[in-house]
Amino acid sequence: MDFKKVDEIIARHRGKAEEKIPPLIPILQDIQDEYGWLPEQAFVKTSRQLDIPLVNLYGVATFYNEFRLKPIGNYHISVCMGTACHVQGAPRILSELERKLEIADGEITPDEKYSLETSSCFGCCAIAPAIMVNGEYHGKMDKKKVDELLENIEQEKEDEKVKQNG
Amino acid sequence: MAKINTAEELEKLKEEYRQKDEEWDCVINFCGGTACQGSGAQKVLNALKNKLADIEDNMDIELRVTGCHGFCEQGPLAVIQPQDLLYVNITEDDVEQIIEKTVLNNEEIEDLFYNEAEKEDKIKSDKEIPFYKNQERIVFENNGVIDATSVEDYIAEGGYSALSRALSEFTPREVIEEVKESGLKGRGGAGFPAGVKWEICYDREADLKYIICNAYEGDLGRSLLEGNPHLIIEGMIIGGYAIGASRGFIYVRTEYPIAVDHTHRALDQARELGFLGEDIFGSGFDFDLEVRRGAGAFVAGEETALMHSIEGKRGMPTQRPPFPAERGLWGNPTNINNVETWANVPYIINRGAEWFSSIGTENSTGTKVFSLEGKINNTGLIEVPMGITLREIIFDIGGGIPEGKEFKAVQTGGPSGGCIPAELLDLEVDFEKLEEANSMMGSGGMVVMDEDTCMVDVAKYFMQFLEDESCGKCPPCRVGVPKMLEILDRITNGNGGPEDLEKLADLGDTVKNSSLCGLGQTAANPVLSTLEHFKNEYEEHIYDKACQALVCEDLLYYNIIEEECRSCDQCKQACPVDTIVGTPGEDPYYIVDEGCIRCGSCIEACPFDAIEMKPGQKEN
Repeated sequence: MDFKKVDEIIARHRGKAEEKIPPLIPILQDIQDEYGWLPEQAFVKTSRQLDIPLVNLYGVATFYNEFRLKPIGNYHISVCMGTACHVQGAPRILSELERKLEIADGEITPDEKYSLETSSCFGCCAIAPAIMVNGEYHGKMDKKKVDELLENIEQEKEDEKVKQNG
Repeated sequence: MAKINTAEELEKLKEEYRQKDEEWDCVINFCGGTACQGSGAQKVLNALKNKLADIEDNMDIELRVTGCHGFCEQGPLAVIQPQDLLYVNITEDDVEQIIEKTVLNNEEIEDLFYNEAEKEDKIKSDKEIPFYKNQERIVFENNGVIDATSVEDYIAEGGYSALSRALSEFTPREVIEEVKESGLKGRGGAGFPAGVKWEICYDREADLKYIICNAYEGDLGRSLLEGNPHLIIEGMIIGGYAIGASRGFIYVRTEYPIAVDHTHRALDQARELGFLGEDIFGSGFDFDLEVRRGAGAFVAGEETALMHSIEGKRGMPTQRPPFPAERGLWGNPTNINNVETWANVPYIINRGAEWFSSIGTENSTGTKVFSLEGKINNTGLIEVPMGITLREIIFDIGGGIPEGKEFKAVQTGGPSGGCIPAELLDLEVDFEKLEEANSMMGSGGMVVMDEDTCMVDVAKYFMQFLEDESCGKCPPCRVGVPKMLEILDRITNGNGGPEDLEKLADLGDTVKNSSLCGLGQTAANPVLSTLEHFKNEYEEHIYDKACQALVCEDLLYYNIIEEECRSCDQCKQACPVDTIVGTPGEDPYYIVDEGCIRCGSCIEACPFDAIEMKPGQKEN
């Protein structure tokens, strides 16, 4: 993995911040936007450059739900577990996904195609229960729609393969 | 765009944009809110764009992607002007006729009109629909009308005139007096008077002061920032002027990418026009704002925790006093209000404190935005005057409960709010009345629950959430919440005992009275309020080992009704864990309860409705 981007991100934030200390959380967010997660090497680099002990960085990264210390799959599925989604059946949607993908919340499939996580609230409670696939919202989910969605993804993958080979 | 230095220049620009706006032959106000996106709005929008590109340009048609219209249940939706037609549940296939019939030939498409649940009449204008008709929209007024990414639209609607007015006609002290007089209370939860808060910060002498917009909240903050970010920015600049702050932050959840993007764009536009930066409106006042994305921690919505988060630390609360107004961000005086509070400020400056305090109740003035969710026909975002009853909100605006089911409770105030039962439906909603009912305003969530909702499960759900989100700093919350959850787990598993209810209440009191921050102090609310109003459900779980709402999986079972079963084998094929026994065409099938994972696949698969869930535990 190439970590030059980490240097660029830190330099960018150093340039614009008026405070003496560059803003740590936006830096970590940008690193995660770049790599999809926070690799250990990125931590070490950030720690050295900002002169913040590694343990403090780890403390911040594990405090906030947004930060991932594991990579995500090609299809990253996030399930909203907010109140409105809960009363409309989100737990069943989650268990259906867990059963179909054979992974638990926070895990990635061995072939790195799918990863699954839960979120506290997407803020689109009117279309509960909702899930998000690679940043795209899907509302009013039920078991049938979950199955269709996974089938569509599989189909998409097939189509891509055909395109690549043909 | 050149910098605007005077009120006259702003007025000129407004007239110019207004005129431009009036020249359109047709405007399609298409809702671009998050909920509509989840209902497939992007596909419809692309189709509209493609179709419009094909039309010869003898007509000036504006396709305007606006913020959330609020009527999320019916999305994707659009309002077409000048005919003033609301089309709901639009699909890609409808695009062709919308353009051909309505836009080009002025014909109405009845199929796309709104149809009230269980009623025959179709309604064509949003002004006639009960959902909208019974609201009083102020901060949401422009949300469905303007393009959030266009500062021109905002200025055409009178945007930034309040800022211009405040800077030229008011001293900072007078701004504070106006806000105090209006009676505006912070919409973030506790309901502290905003003007008083500002005054405390104003009175502190310091070289550097900060303003923060707490947008770490649910639907409401999101949709205002998504749909009308300049309104919040204008409110914050006025607030900065009043207390003497020179910098500010908008702390928004990273889960709301559209809100983050629109706020960034709006800040750039405001800077370009000189509403942010140095010497705003030639007044000598300097102010600038920055967006910070909250990284996902519920407790970071608490004001001291929020400030630590902006400082780059773990978002854990600290003891107050000192209050943020005394020692806030990096030790400097800081004033924090939430999105809706800031959004009200420009209106108070433009229309006056007297106008504002004429709306609502004596102690809670103005309107309040609520997010109406759960088991209700019209889910969405609503704005109503304070003092409206729960009944009016749920039945007149919300259209009641779907499928003719019975209303059970409404949960207000977010995860640490309380559940209000049917007996209190005539409660007039304001800060004080909600607190009296053991709930709270919070930031305006309202989750409606019907007969199919188990209140013990709801309490358990909130405790699970709060256990996850407790920062772990103070023992009452760190230890007390998991202990309460343990008891609730026991009760919903069928292992609860008679002494458990007293223990729950006792623990709840301790957590409430001895926790450090707002999260802990309110964490017991879901349990205490359900215990007060729905004790019978707890008792059914404990004594009858039955969940009447058919939610708690250990207190219900699946059953095949012998007389209805035709032995077709469909359920057996659908069952993922092979717990259904039978042979096609022979005796009725049956389910072996041990091993059944309650996934519901068999019920969905059965063509004869022969499978049911029953409360209690199966004896076999």
